[in-house]
Amino acid sequence: MNKPAKKQAELIREISGVNPLKCMKCGKCSATCPSYDEMDIKPHQFVSYVQNENIEALVQSKTLWKCLSCFACVERCPRDVRPGKLIDAARQIVVRERGADYLSPDEIPELLDPELPQQLLVSAFRRYRR
Amino acid sequence: MKYSYYPGCTLRTKAKDLDAYAKASARALGFELEEIENWQCCGGVYPLGSDEIATKLSSVRALNEAKEKGQELVTLCSACHHVIKRVNDDMKHVEDIRTRANNYMQLETPYAGETTVLHYLEVLRDRIGFDVLKEKVVNPLTGRKIGAYYGCLLLRPGSVMAFDNPENPTIIEDFIRAIGAEPVVYPYRNECCGGYISLKEKELSKNMCDTIMESAEGFGAEMLITACPLCLYNLNKSTAKKLPVYYFTELLAEALGVKDAKEEVAK
Amino acid sequence: MQRIGVFVCHCGSNIAATVDVKKVVEMALLEPGVVHAEDYQYMCSEAGQAKIAAAIREKHLTGIVVCSCSPRMHETTFRKAAERAGLNPYMVEIANIREHCSWIHKDMEEATKKAVILARAAIAKVNLNTPLKPGESRVTKRALVIGGGIAGIQTALDIADAGYEVDIVEKTPSIGGRMSQLDKTFPTLDCSACILTPKMVEAAAHEKIKIYTYSEVEKVSGFVGDFTVDIRKKARSVDMDKCTGCGVCQEKCPSRKTPSEFNRGLNTRSAIYTPFAQAIPNVPVIDREHCIKFQTGKCGVCAKVCQAGAIDYGQKDEIVTEKYGAIVVATGFDTIKLDNYDEYAYSQSKDVITSLELERIMNAAGPTKGHLERLSDGKAPKEMVFIQCVGSRCSDNRGKSYCSKICCMYTAKHAMLIRDKYPDVNVTVFYIDVRTPGKNFDEFYRRAVEQYGVNYIKGQVGKVAPQPDGRLLVQASDLLDNRQIKMEADMVVLATAIEPNPDVRKIATMLTASIDTNNFLTEAHAKLRPVESPTAGIFLSGVCQGPKDIPETVEQAGAAAVKAIGLLAKDKLLTNPCTAQSDILLCNGCSTCANVCPYGAITYEDKEVNDHGIRETRRVAVVNSALCQGCGACTVACPSGAMDLQGFSNRQIIAEVDAICR
Repeated sequence: MNKPAKKQAELIREISGVNPLKCMKCGKCSATCPSYDEMDIKPHQFVSYVQNENIEALVQSKTLWKCLSCFACVERCPRDVRPGKLIDAARQIVVRERGADYLSPDEIPELLDPELPQQLLVSAFRRYRR
Repeated sequence: MKYSYYPGCTLRTKAKDLDAYAKASARALGFELEEIENWQCCGGVYPLGSDEIATKLSSVRALNEAKEKGQELVTLCSACHHVIKRVNDDMKHVEDIRTRANNYMQLETPYAGETTVLHYLEVLRDRIGFDVLKEKVVNPLTGRKIGAYYGCLLLRPGSVMAFDNPENPTIIEDFIRAIGAEPVVYPYRNECCGGYISLKEKELSKNMCDTIMESAEGFGAEMLITACPLCLYNLNKSTAKKLPVYYFTELLAEALGVKDAKEEVAK
Repeated sequence: MQRIGVFVCHCGSNIAATVDVKKVVEMALLEPGVVHAEDYQYMCSEAGQAKIAAAIREKHLTGIVVCSCSPRMHETTFRKAAERAGLNPYMVEIANIREHCSWIHKDMEEATKKAVILARAAIAKVNLNTPLKPGESRVTKRALVIGGGIAGIQTALDIADAGYEVDIVEKTPSIGGRMSQLDKTFPTLDCSACILTPKMVEAAAHEKIKIYTYSEVEKVSGFVGDFTVDIRKKARSVDMDKCTGCGVCQEKCPSRKTPSEFNRGLNTRSAIYTPFAQAIPNVPVIDREHCIKFQTGKCGVCAKVCQAGAIDYGQKDEIVTEKYGAIVVATGFDTIKLDNYDEYAYSQSKDVITSLELERIMNAAGPTKGHLERLSDGKAPKEMVFIQCVGSRCSDNRGKSYCSKICCMYTAKHAMLIRDKYPDVNVTVFYIDVRTPGKNFDEFYRRAVEQYGVNYIKGQVGKVAPQPDGRLLVQASDLLDNRQIKMEADMVVLATAIEPNPDVRKIATMLTASIDTNNFLTEAHAKLRPVESPTAGIFLSGVCQGPKDIPETVEQAGAAAVKAIGLLAKDKLLTNPCTAQSDILLCNGCSTCANVCPYGAITYEDKEVNDHGIRETRRVAVVNSALCQGCGACTVACPSGAMDLQGFSNRQIIAEVDAICR
């Protein structure tokens, strides 16, 4: 990431439409997240990292690729902070600027099985690639 | 009654059953699903970025076509429903998105969220009525213990989807009662199956589906029903899987005695 | 021509940092009628007031303008100062250059310009002011207290002890309120009933206190010192004079399936009932909706078994009309409904309960006779989880934006009591913050942790999932250990947000008392007048004004009583002379003003008028200045311009507008 962290943090706030300052640090997002154990930066930390403009850590984090966009944190957040939207915005930044390297078309054939619905491929490409 | 209908990509390929049983049942219930012309894939996921417009346009096209026909727009796949409903909400309430989307679309009359988006289950509940459905059942599925699996896309975010209580929904349970079976309520029916993550994180998705399956089975469910092809796929990958998973439309068609008619309506 | 003095206040730096006060003085001196202008650091101080007085005397001022804070803050102060210096207090005008100017602007030049304009408008008005003299009204030396919980009881006792009569109106069949439902009270752990029931008895026995239970305020009219109130005494179906309170009727009543309000619906009660054993009065009521006699005509068991012959099925609601000088609102609170929090499975499991329900379970007179047990199967729990802030501190429209204030302390209390009585039960509390300000409060919470081994975990719960075996899987955050916890519990207790009693909206409307977006009654000043409503003669006691615990409620109840006593102690009140007057020559008797008057102050009379030599009798509006509150609605509504408000005449207001636009 070559842009200064401040600008990146602003961009995340803009893309997500989320104001991380609304967070009261209750941890309900992390309590509710089904992917919690897989994440290196937990949902509640994610909000805090954006607040503190620690963006480099976020864009490097595994969390971007473990979030399910299931909106459980969005639904249950008592402060309307919606951490899931912040995570998606950070993922967008990575996808837009770095080019996506998480999912490559070349690896698709080995991921396929006869039952796999189209919807899965479409969704994954939308989330992981530009 | 005629509705505009948006099937979506998966219902044309891996989830043909979901579609065919729905159409056969619709005929039995006296309504028609008129597929909109030249529909395009919804994208599978709702673009969360507030600056994304292009990825919302296929939904706007479908919505506008329904508006021009003066029809309500019916969806079946949970993902399509989620995307189209949320885009419609954006078109109605977010001025920036509305303006920019309309700039792209160059419609004669700009689209501003006029179309009502209904999931097939909502048609059953709010347009037909579960009591009427119950009367039309010829083959009640008495004795079957069915767990509803909602997943996340139909319910959340509750303020936009307005489908049901996102934490304690009842619409599929009411549907199960209407077709003569017994609903089994279990707490993980609104927790995520892993969704698109299952493409690369098969283990993660499997763990989630195991929790769902074990909970449903623990409460005495003998089968699960869902409206989402991806949920069905993921749940079937569960190693804790002991319960079969069906599309809700299959049981609907069975209860209405039109299960065999699906080939004929599917064309 | 008036001789006007203008006094510009710096308010320390509140005004002076943003407004060039010297410039305001300079510009004011150019205005017509102004013969004196000066600025000072704090006009409201003794020295500032002395400056005003000196100028009035020395310069023979006939009117003054004080450019300072909001008139809500210091209009009275400056009026009194002027009066002491021999000026009619209604010759004082305030130009609000603080709230309306310096506090909301940043640019000094712009703010100064605006301050000059505001001063100019006030000067233009004073030029047209005339001395006004307030009238007098009488004070009915009796107070009404709405609500018979600890707040209402304490206020009533304090007023009565000062020698004034007080009536308490309580909606339910007994006084006692929420406090009567509590088991123990923090931070001293006294039994709630032991400290409340003596107060209930004292109130009932007090010769100055009259208690209307099972009654509601139906209508309020009048104004400070002279309210007229209709009270609906709902038909009790039991003669209060004859009933001996023996309780046989309740034992024999065959209708026993009504959820007990007192026990929060955890068990049932009979159709004829007193809410609890220590109820005051100890006279049951028949809940007609659930009474077999009233529903089917067949039964009458209670009448048969009543030795005193007190049962009266024919009793009707009765309206009592009383006069009061002061009204105290003490309508209390309830816990919020949990429909928006189904992730905690309250509606899905009987073993997920609210804290108030736990109070009943812990209470010896409660549904489990004080045994801690699961309501689903009666088994003793081994693992208990408490969740804090359920519905409090939510800014997402699902719950309440405020902190409910009492939950941290009562949860520490519950946790401690359980660990004390059932040492083999593990207690875990999930909290966001532990908020325990107050005397001996934090020590109390620390005792729960350090002496009683209550496990406090910082983090909110995300989901409570009932398991097939009936236990509850609690999924939560542990923010300090940075882990997600999944633990099984036998019972989950929700520290449910509190909200004002929903009836308060109706009551506030009747009293024309203002309420905020959360339905809490608004105080006249958040710091300086915390127990008074902005509506004169209305006082606030207890949670109806904001969340508070018992000690604070009792304090506020006493404060509300003092304010009410201060009013009742007066023989007469000065009335606001800024009332409406009708010009009989202009009035065409159309009734528009009477229709818009919220106080019923306008009537019509046939009066003889002399209109340019033509004598005739006309139907014209007459304002009862004792009833008029000076709201001005009639002056706006009057199509012929006949209605005018003294002190705020149409001419004065137009002059102000002209001055602003100049």
